[in-house]
Amino acid sequence: MLFFNHFGRYLMMLKGMFTRPENMRMYWKELMHQCVEIGIGSLGIVIIISVFMGAVSAVQTSYQLVSPLIPASTIAQIVRDTVILEFAPTVVCIVLAGVIGSKIASELGNMRVSEQIDALEIMGINTKSFLIMPKIVACLLTIPMLVVISMVLGILGGRIAGVATGILSADTYDMGLLMNFVPYNVIFALVKAYTFAFIISTIPSYYGYYVKGGALEIGRSSTKSVVVSCVMILFADYILAALLLNE
Amino acid sequence: MIEFKNIKKSFGDKVVLDDVSHVMETGKANLIIGQSGSGKTVLQKCLVGLFEPNAGEIIYDGISFTDMGIEERKELRQQIGMLFQGSALFDSMTVEQNIMFPLDMFTTNSFPEKLKRVNEVLERVNLQEVNKKFPAQLSGGMKKRVGIARAVVLNPKYLFCDEPNSGLDPQTSMVIDHLILELTREFNMTTVINTHDMNSVMEMGENIIYLYEGKKEWAGNKKDIIFSKNKLLNDFIFASEFLQDAKDMRMLEAKGKISDDRDMDELLK
Repeated sequence: MLFFNHFGRYLMMLKGMFTRPENMRMYWKELMHQCVEIGIGSLGIVIIISVFMGAVSAVQTSYQLVSPLIPASTIAQIVRDTVILEFAPTVVCIVLAGVIGSKIASELGNMRVSEQIDALEIMGINTKSFLIMPKIVACLLTIPMLVVISMVLGILGGRIAGVATGILSADTYDMGLLMNFVPYNVIFALVKAYTFAFIISTIPSYYGYYVKGGALEIGRSSTKSVVVSCVMILFADYILAALLLNE
Repeated sequence: MIEFKNIKKSFGDKVVLDDVSHVMETGKANLIIGQSGSGKTVLQKCLVGLFEPNAGEIIYDGISFTDMGIEERKELRQQIGMLFQGSALFDSMTVEQNIMFPLDMFTTNSFPEKLKRVNEVLERVNLQEVNKKFPAQLSGGMKKRVGIARAVVLNPKYLFCDEPNSGLDPQTSMVIDHLILELTREFNMTTVINTHDMNSVMEMGENIIYLYEGKKEWAGNKKDIIFSKNKLLNDFIFASEFLQDAKDMRMLEAKGKISDDRDMDELLK
């Protein structure tokens, strides 16, 4: 019953965002601000995670491929496909759910308890539209870009680690990258990125916007929003894989 | 003028407002007083539409607020200014940006025009050289004044203040009270103030309603309070022995038993 209560209110929140903006210029300004906060603000952690993720997957794949019959270029193929299919969209988005999700939930939660949201409502501003919509659009714009950057850096990380540890040469790695490449995998990864971006922005917005109480409740709702977002990402990951990868 | 009739509001089984009616007059400071939990804030939030009453009607200058659609309410709200208990200033913006925000949102004025207006209202609330400061760098009284400046920057017809003196020392409270009163008269606004500060009541109370457990228990002005025989009101207003003595003194004065220019030394004998 509680689930339907939350889900209904979540849908009402999303519906409430679609009204005529009071001032388009201010909404645009807020959107650009959120793009910088979310996109540029998360770039550092995405770079670090991606490079190390690719590097570790190259080293570990080589450790597991003990048969001399398997060519070394296979390592590059495995790194490429795991990074594109899973690491870049899913793992990075789970990390972003923590980074961006907690930020969104605590920002909105703080605005709610300090009556800043009420102040905006009194001014005649649709707060769902002005505060939540730019965050969702900014996530939908920047997170897929971050995922693409993560793909490139993950593959690059694998190359650096492979060459540095002497597992395979740079030429072999590059050759492996081009073998049996399926462009559809990138499209699938982007579908996942858009879905996860929606989850990362809307669930924390919901928990932050409707928080009641004080500092303790803001912390709780922020944690809860991250946990729920991560679970929903994993759930959506499975659903999308089942729907889009089953031949 | 804001008129509300038979307002009822409950949260679950708890009835917070029960059949409350009154008229808030234009150009006057209209006070809603009562103990904590008596329903003052809920009543004010119902009046501005942050809460939807379960029953009753709210009328702004002859137009029913209760029957208004979302867009009509949004338009009306541009004529409403509100000062919140905690000031509700936007943390990430400077004082100047906070006050300019309503102008950015609802006017097409150029930046110099908006800046001129911001400086005008800042000067009106006696604040100088704070334009570039953030709310965290201001004192409680300064925050309240910035809150007032933001509330009146669009020249609203209605001003709502939720406990404007909470957390302030008596002297600063008085400054804020006078400022609200002056602005109310200057711009002929309908000002509605929630308070349980007795200094404010005796200073500004031109039209007062006293709420007790969600019901309107008493209505009148600051002079009526002195002579009121309502026990609940008296217990609330003159809670301390000192205030009770002050009231007795005022009553004796009014009956001519003590002169205005009383000799305190004589009285103390």
